[in-house]
Amino acid sequence: MSFLKRLKDRFQPNKEKEAAEKSAEEQNEKLDDGLISIEEFEEWEQEQIGYKFKAGLEKSREKFQNEINELMARYRTVDEDFFEALEEVLIGADVGFNTVMELTDELRHVAKVENITETRDLKETIVEKMVEIYERNDDLPETVNIQEDGLTVILVVGVNGVGKTTSIGKLAYKYKQEGKNVMLAAGDTFRAGAINQLKVWGERVDVDVISQSEGSDPAAVMFDAINAAKKRGTDVLICDTAGRLQNKGNLMNELSKMKNVIQKTVPDAPHESLLVLDATTGQNALSQAKAFKEVTDVSGIVLTKLDGTAKGGIVLAIRNELGIPVKFVGLGEQLDDLQEFNAENYVYGLFADMISNAEELDDTGGDDV
Amino acid sequence: MAFEGLGERLQATMDRIKSKGKVSESDIKVMMREVRLALLEADVNFKVVKQFINQVKERALGSDVMQSLTPGQQVIKIVREELTDLMGGDNQKINLSQKPPTVIMMVGLQGAGKTTTAGKLALHLRKNFNKKPLLVAGDIYRPAAIDQLETVGRQIDVPVFALGDKVKPQQIVTEALDHARAEHLDTVIIDTAGRLHIDEGLMNELKDIKEIATPDEIMLVVDSMTGQDAVNVAESFNDLLDITGVTLTKLDGDTRGGAALSIRSVTGKPIKFAGMSEKMDGLETFHPDRMAQRILGMGDVLSIIEKAQATVDEDEQKVLQQKIKDQSFTLDDFLEQMDQVKNLGPLDELLKMMPGANKIKGLDKMQMSGNEIDHVQAIIRSMTMDERENPSKINASRKKRIARGSGRTLQEVNRLLKQFNEMKKMMKQMTSQKGRKKNPFGNMGLPF
Repeated sequence: MSFLKRLKDRFQPNKEKEAAEKSAEEQNEKLDDGLISIEEFEEWEQEQIGYKFKAGLEKSREKFQNEINELMARYRTVDEDFFEALEEVLIGADVGFNTVMELTDELRHVAKVENITETRDLKETIVEKMVEIYERNDDLPETVNIQEDGLTVILVVGVNGVGKTTSIGKLAYKYKQEGKNVMLAAGDTFRAGAINQLKVWGERVDVDVISQSEGSDPAAVMFDAINAAKKRGTDVLICDTAGRLQNKGNLMNELSKMKNVIQKTVPDAPHESLLVLDATTGQNALSQAKAFKEVTDVSGIVLTKLDGTAKGGIVLAIRNELGIPVKFVGLGEQLDDLQEFNAENYVYGLFADMISNAEELDDTGGDDV
Repeated sequence: MAFEGLGERLQATMDRIKSKGKVSESDIKVMMREVRLALLEADVNFKVVKQFINQVKERALGSDVMQSLTPGQQVIKIVREELTDLMGGDNQKINLSQKPPTVIMMVGLQGAGKTTTAGKLALHLRKNFNKKPLLVAGDIYRPAAIDQLETVGRQIDVPVFALGDKVKPQQIVTEALDHARAEHLDTVIIDTAGRLHIDEGLMNELKDIKEIATPDEIMLVVDSMTGQDAVNVAESFNDLLDITGVTLTKLDGDTRGGAALSIRSVTGKPIKFAGMSEKMDGLETFHPDRMAQRILGMGDVLSIIEKAQATVDEDEQKVLQQKIKDQSFTLDDFLEQMDQVKNLGPLDELLKMMPGANKIKGLDKMQMSGNEIDHVQAIIRSMTMDERENPSKINASRKKRIARGSGRTLQEVNRLLKQFNEMKKMMKQMTSQKGRKKNPFGNMGLPF
């Protein structure tokens, strides 16, 4: 089955309306009454997440869509000018320089081999290749490493102002909702007001926050928190850290010390080391991912602020060049707006209109086998 | 490293031209492609790049690039000049009102650094303009944002006006202005909540605040690491609020900062400040020429020199030069030198500002934090004064003693002594064959 078909089946436009009418409550009731199976419920839930992506990426999509459509309108035949313009569109989405070059080279190859001369016939391949680039290192664990029993430690790192603390609040909410016993560690002892910010989140979500005073050693906070988590039988401990620019050697050393302290007490921790990235960041995100990976062995990315006009295309480059998968995306200000990442959903979010258009084309063309 | 400076990028093209001996129009086209790639890699918006390239190309074609013996250099010169012109211009100073209070409004996306910059600006205005600032806590949405501003205020000893997070920002600003007038505070800096430029509700709130406060300066705070989206953000804020200035933050990172060019060219508004550290005194005037070099990946030499000048005592330098001339440079002088180097800040940061530094293999892996310097210093401090002046006296048993005394290994002591000897030899060469060798520092390694 072609890639677009697969997506279409999942997000049929007419189904969309119908699904939106069913409220979560209704679905829950149905599940309780045995009207729908657990599988059906889960499928419904998956769909909802897909729509959330679509809504969150609304602005990004609109712009990106227009650009691609304009491109297709302007360049009807596949030639060098078209590829150069496509390069610009992709760079405009911050996809990252080397990755864009790689992608367009592959497309040139496909166009040549399959003798594609009209740009609209290349549309589908563009989407497909983008997902492919993302999913190339297929053996990478996409899911979040949560221990079945015992303590899971999640270390959250990143540069200043990317949304670490907010993401932690949302993560805490998510795991709390799943019935886990969650605790937060206030490891940002540097920035003014950071500890209180985390405490407010702790109150909002109703989880414990372990903290010391501003200016204290963050490694000591980690030590305290881990011990408290062990004593209280916590399931998930999420550790906040101060924002630091990746080229500051001493601050990166401090981070490695924090990691060591965690490791000493719980040998296989941190189970997840999440790098928080701002979707508006450009090429520097690569440098961030590289530096933080060296120090804390980053296992996943939280891509925040994706509800603006930024497309966060740099995650394609990060996955492609450094092999770090995106695990969560921040799609809004609400508590539940942090979603587990799904490459197909992401690309669907960016290309939604294009996919429905392709369907129309297929329908009128009628040459789909 | 993924990033190459424009110089390296143009090198291959230049080599080809050299062998031909003449520059053709198509050569210029090739060079322009390299310029384009360099700018795109630096995160300059692709539309801005296009426009810019056309401008540069025109100038390059019309000028003496084609006749020049060093066409590559000429192109770099033109690009740099155009970049500097574009980002520079008038009105780079902060707007201050004749009639107090001066009102400054900080706006921007979440996490750009508004609150920190507000604090830095308050300190800057008090220090350099003798102002009495008041910080206004207008971010009622983010948890503990008010707390953050209050802490910042305490750190720099500037009053903060806050009404908690239950009162509307419009109301807070109105009361803050009355408060400033009553307390004779002549500068009011309003911190606002970070918001997405597409969030209509919150953007309208900014419009309200603008109407109430009639600010003299509306400062858009932008993260210098922002990618292609910088144009959308800057455009939206500018269209709605008609901003008057821009502050680029987190420039102490290793971003090339192409956003500066994008923002400047879509808004036409001046970039006034650069945020350089998490400390409250880390706000610097924006230098278009340095930013141009940085975007082109040519290093920020001027900032290094300035930093060095600020920390190194001139008289001491003269004494040192004399010592190098007489070859009486001792380990003790070396110790002093290292103190000065340490004052410059973390070495790895310094190195990254140097042109071509990203080309040196293994530099990124090199541990250059203050520790190594500390170790070398500890070793020297474990020597007697006599040993420091005559290192040749240090025999095996002395070495053992020094190693024990400094807590370092014997190998490290040996290495230091060997490197010091080499350094002295090099100094001798430098003074004896002055001017003959092009770059006497070329192979001078740091002794650790």
